[in-house]
Amino acid sequence: MPGFLGLVRRDLQLALHHSGDTALVLAFFVLTVVLFPFGIGPEPDVLARVAPGILWVAALLAALLSLDRMFLPDYEDGSLDLIVLSRLPLGLAALAKIVAHWISSGLPLALISPALAVVVDLEPGAMPILVISLLLGTPTLSLIGGVAAALTLGARRQGVLLSLLVLPLYVPPLVFGAGAIEAQETGGDPRADLLLLAALLAAALALAPWAAAAAVRQATE
Amino acid sequence: MRPVLPDLIGEDLACRRGERLIFSGLGFRLPAGGALVLSGTNGSGKSSLLRLLAGFLPAASGRLMWGTQPVAADLAGHHARLHYVGHADALKPALTPREQLGFWSALRGLSRRQAAAAVEAAIAAFALEPVADWPCRWLSAGQRRRVAMARLLAAPAPLWLLDEPLTALDEASQAGLQAIVVAHRDGGGRVVVATHAPLAVAGARRLVLDDYHPRRAREPVLPI
Repeated sequence: MPGFLGLVRRDLQLALHHSGDTALVLAFFVLTVVLFPFGIGPEPDVLARVAPGILWVAALLAALLSLDRMFLPDYEDGSLDLIVLSRLPLGLAALAKIVAHWISSGLPLALISPALAVVVDLEPGAMPILVISLLLGTPTLSLIGGVAAALTLGARRQGVLLSLLVLPLYVPPLVFGAGAIEAQETGGDPRADLLLLAALLAAALALAPWAAAAAVRQATE
Repeated sequence: MRPVLPDLIGEDLACRRGERLIFSGLGFRLPAGGALVLSGTNGSGKSSLLRLLAGFLPAASGRLMWGTQPVAADLAGHHARLHYVGHADALKPALTPREQLGFWSALRGLSRRQAAAAVEAAIAAFALEPVADWPCRWLSAGQRRRVAMARLLAAPAPLWLLDEPLTALDEASQAGLQAIVVAHRDGGGRVVVATHAPLAVAGARRLVLDDYHPRRAREPVLPI
């Protein structure tokens, strides 16, 4: 498709120029996770028990932070009009922007998560599952977030509205993501949860770009 | 001999934004090589008409046709044959004009080699050589406007929709733009310009949007 990779590359190039945005997401993730031992107390048993949930909730909130940057800058400076006019079908253009968003937010989150797992005493054996669950789950977060980000274009207080729209929809990835890690920790089989995460990703991949495209079309009217 | 190109025809167009009917009963015919100049007071709907012509905005009533084909039936095809330069320059402060023109040109379906050649031509036509490799945040308003206009040449399209193209341009650039519009029309291209400034477009049809205002057209204008 003409321009799909070009659009991903351009968005990544812009993300690199504004690398503070990615740094902010990662810093938020780190700080939120680090807060929990202070709040709950340092008992390893308690922490290890809630670690999967802490890591996933923190990653999810961090991913939420950068969602408004997905379409808003292009909407404000008129680039979104030109993307609508381009040869690239709008669904694919939305997918390209979502992919770039994931590479600059979800992927780094998944990659630094093992370092944070240590802070909350996650069992070392569960670390690969943590990374895999985040690698499978964060793209779903970006996809769902992309729809919400496009829907809230032009709204006042976009950020707040965005969170309200997106957080309920983030429950299924959270349940299965944290569930997979917990299953591994308690000696169960994490495969079922991981497969469900993959199924969510497949469904979001098929639906979200077109929904986001419809919302973008509405916004550029 | 050039093949006969279909006209762009608007029939009885009306535009509604939210609750407000902005204009209605507007019609025009724009043949290949033709030009349409939109004028009217602020808020009379010049920009809305341009967005309607670009296919962003559906007409509240009436039809927009490309020859005998309704534009709404093949929106992607319509998008592919037009350039829209709105108020916003669509430039990223961190990227250079050359990078951005190349990007948009590729997104219009040009191959890498075609795009590179077209971008060089566009940069030359708008005298952007000295700033072509500067990040856009260093450019002045007029230079940014010229980069936005240079997109017109970075990928060929037969229909140009220009919203206040002369804003922030100096005299030399205004003359340059007019020459480019003339060359575009000589090649069979057509152009719709919304402008307050007197833009010398030879043989242009002029549409005064206030004439199509649903209320103002009927009521006499009261002296203040």
